[in-house]
Amino acid sequence: MTTETPTYKKKDFSSDQDVRWCPGCGDYAILNSVQQVFAGLGVPKENFVCVSGIGCSSRFPYYMDTYGFHGIHGRAAAIASGVKSARPELDVWVFTGDGDGLSIGGNHTIHAMRRNIGIKTVLFNNRIYGLTKGQYSPTSERGKKTISSPYGSLDAPFNPIALALGSGATFVARTIDTQPKHMKMVLEAAHAHKGYAFVEVIQNCVIFNHNAFTHITDKEVRDDRQVDLWPGKKLVFGKDGDMGIKFTPSDIEIVSADEADVWQADGETGANAYRLCHKDERGEIPVPIGIFRNVERPVLDEDIHAQLSAQIEAQGEGTLESLLNDGDTWVVG
Amino acid sequence: MSEQTQERKLESLEDVVIRFVGDSGDGMQLTGKQFTDTSAMLGNDLATFPDYPSEIRAPTGTLYGVSGFQLRFASRDIHSPGDLPDVMVAMNAAAFKMNIADLKKGGILIVNIGNFTEKDLAKAEYDSNPLDDPNLHEEYVFVPVDLNQLTLDATAESGVSKKDGLRCKNLLALGMLYWIFSRSAETTEKWLNKKFAKKPEVLAANLAALKAGSIVAENLEVFQAGRYEVSKATLPSGTYRNIMGNAATAMGLVAASHLSGKKLYLGSYPITPATDILHALAKYKNHDVVTFQAEDEIAGICTAIGASFAGMMAVTTTSGPGLALKVEAMGLAVMAELPLVIVNVQRGGPSTGMPTKTEQSDLMFAIFGRNGEAPIPVIAAQSPSDCFHAAIEASRMAMTYMTPVILLTDGYLGNGAEPFLVPDVSELEPFPITHPTSADAEGFQAYYHDERGVRPWALPGTPGLEHRVGGLEKLDGSGVVSGDADNHQHMVLLREKKVMGIADSYAPLKVHGGDSGKVLVLGWGSTYGAIHGAVGRLQREGKDVSQLHLRNVWPLPKDLGDVIDRFDTVIIPEMNRGHLSRLIRMEFLKDVDSFSKVTGKPFTVSEIMARVEGHLA
Repeated sequence: MTTETPTYKKKDFSSDQDVRWCPGCGDYAILNSVQQVFAGLGVPKENFVCVSGIGCSSRFPYYMDTYGFHGIHGRAAAIASGVKSARPELDVWVFTGDGDGLSIGGNHTIHAMRRNIGIKTVLFNNRIYGLTKGQYSPTSERGKKTISSPYGSLDAPFNPIALALGSGATFVARTIDTQPKHMKMVLEAAHAHKGYAFVEVIQNCVIFNHNAFTHITDKEVRDDRQVDLWPGKKLVFGKDGDMGIKFTPSDIEIVSADEADVWQADGETGANAYRLCHKDERGEIPVPIGIFRNVERPVLDEDIHAQLSAQIEAQGEGTLESLLNDGDTWVVG
Repeated sequence: MSEQTQERKLESLEDVVIRFVGDSGDGMQLTGKQFTDTSAMLGNDLATFPDYPSEIRAPTGTLYGVSGFQLRFASRDIHSPGDLPDVMVAMNAAAFKMNIADLKKGGILIVNIGNFTEKDLAKAEYDSNPLDDPNLHEEYVFVPVDLNQLTLDATAESGVSKKDGLRCKNLLALGMLYWIFSRSAETTEKWLNKKFAKKPEVLAANLAALKAGSIVAENLEVFQAGRYEVSKATLPSGTYRNIMGNAATAMGLVAASHLSGKKLYLGSYPITPATDILHALAKYKNHDVVTFQAEDEIAGICTAIGASFAGMMAVTTTSGPGLALKVEAMGLAVMAELPLVIVNVQRGGPSTGMPTKTEQSDLMFAIFGRNGEAPIPVIAAQSPSDCFHAAIEASRMAMTYMTPVILLTDGYLGNGAEPFLVPDVSELEPFPITHPTSADAEGFQAYYHDERGVRPWALPGTPGLEHRVGGLEKLDGSGVVSGDADNHQHMVLLREKKVMGIADSYAPLKVHGGDSGKVLVLGWGSTYGAIHGAVGRLQREGKDVSQLHLRNVWPLPKDLGDVIDRFDTVIIPEMNRGHLSRLIRMEFLKDVDSFSKVTGKPFTVSEIMARVEGHLA
């Protein structure tokens, strides 16, 4: 055993498997960033476990030279919860998509959030089903024409951030596939958080939903269309950094940069984060990215093992002998 | 009064069946369990059959709210809770109506007449009071008592409300039974003292009711001549404890954890009648047992699979509908070649079916119910205490062969109780599990298969053994994803060979009775007790009949065909529509007499005797 902080390069986290996403897919950028971030976290490589479900995003573990589990559709959060509650010392990451994590696996996602189990979830949101070839997803906008909604989808979408906030996730963030620097900062912050972390990555699907986010991500417009929520930093945006956001008791106002509020992600209620979500859904503010919420709460996997230790301490360590003979017994012969 | 008691005759009985019946809020399960515990501590052999509705508190006094607890205690070796009761305690009109037909002629009938008012009779759908029937006095030792009034009187001074006082009427009935069978109430008193330590008034009321019961019984006309005793059973020597099947399963799993050196992890979601295993394991925290009450059945098995990947002895527990939800994940465990014990406490199906009633109708489902070629070994427990040994066996098999294993029990076993001969630690064989280490990193292959088809269990946290598992087909050896046609054929056969090869490790089959002859009664699971009782009686009558009971229901034992060949007729009693019968026909091309029963109730000894006698006539 060595106690030195291991030093890795990005390639130490690349497996020998050819990456088979479509050329131009946003997933490449995410893989790149994750490998770079993992290399710099100071965590022994053998302690990483990457877990996924089914879908384009869920091929992710095969491309990471770590321990990995490619699960079944929607169940990544449950499998990862098993790994983490069994072995809290492992660094457990879930890679999932809007279909895998919010539709078929929605139940596991919200329950992992409410439990605050120490897994990190990276949800690739391309607002479409890729691997089944182009049906609308639970994050697709209403009216979207797809192969399974030829006259327009009638479903209302989830806002993944609002869902995470509502489910009690203690770390909630959003980043964008085309902004690797921001993505790395968010992933590092997610890792540093004690407990469950949820990171939505806005990701372009070049085949079935190309340019779905161009209006937010295009270099020409992005400074005007995004606002970065970074704890302790002012809520400013705009090409010239001259605009800002201010919370009033009843509303959110666009103001000049010098009047902008400083962002706090550790509010008890997360109320301002909700307000931003709702304002964003109505298109009245730039799309918020960055860290919506970052609070400390009891961490399930740590508590499970603390309770075991406490009971072993209180009752004495159970043995086969005590198992068999404790309680009411009688002897014959 | 005690002098009076001593003058009375004490009649020795060998074997008594008591059935407590009442409203589901009357505490019949508790009353039955207390009598069971007392009998166990007195050294009787015993068997129990709790039979309760799925409603927690159905409207009071209704026919569908009737709850029952049958127990049989004996001074000899017994294997089933008995067919018909010798003694019945009926707490209300509805319970009386649902059960009276079963009471043996000449049996003791204690009836709470306090719950036979016009309202009670109407709820039980009686036009007139059945207790007015003069035949009751002729046919039974009829003991009508107003338990309500007696209980109110007995508890009046304890300081509880009338309502709380009345709740003690089951204790009064229990006190009567203790006196009638001349047994001390000490075990129950101890239990009450512990349970109500912080509620002295409730404790006083319960103790008063219990005591009053013995006085009431002592003064009854019908018992002036004498009362009964059932002496200790001559069981094999050793330490015993009274155990229910679900508790035995839990204890067996914890034992397997000690024997393998692997920490136990349970991922589970509550479902009747399996939940008691979760309850029991949740208490074993000082044995380092992690219990994860998941958000649903699928998460129950998926967390267990995750824990197995992380290196724990992983278990998930469920009943039929839950097993249905776990199917896809069971396939994942097959594909990932990870050890996992899946306990299915079967109940009446399909769908929600009859949650509190027993059935064996998941056998085919357990063996074949998955998409793709996904072989899983299936083993079955045959009695409440055998659940302990079956759980150890399932765990050993799962970790030795890197495979999910299904352990089948059922509601009858799970909720039934019997004395358990506690094994000595030295009788339980350890099976230490090892894992590859970083020393094995050079050329490590996650899907290298040994001659049995078993791959190494390499654990996260081990430097140099990083690898990926998952549901996509894997290349033999390296374990990388593979869509290669020949490799898939090879892997399907490899997984099949591993599971079917487990049959090579079975002990030779042991037939109870002659090794060949006219009739063999072949069974699996919880039918053991009734079959054993029936075959034993027929053998004592000199009839040519033998018994064979299977522990391993998949893969089937290789010597089973030869055993079957040595008998003219093979009868297979099953609480399903003939699953094992079909398997035998399919695997061995032999016909059998399928004796099917799907009433939600276990077989009786007499039903099986009659079926055998039909073939011997």
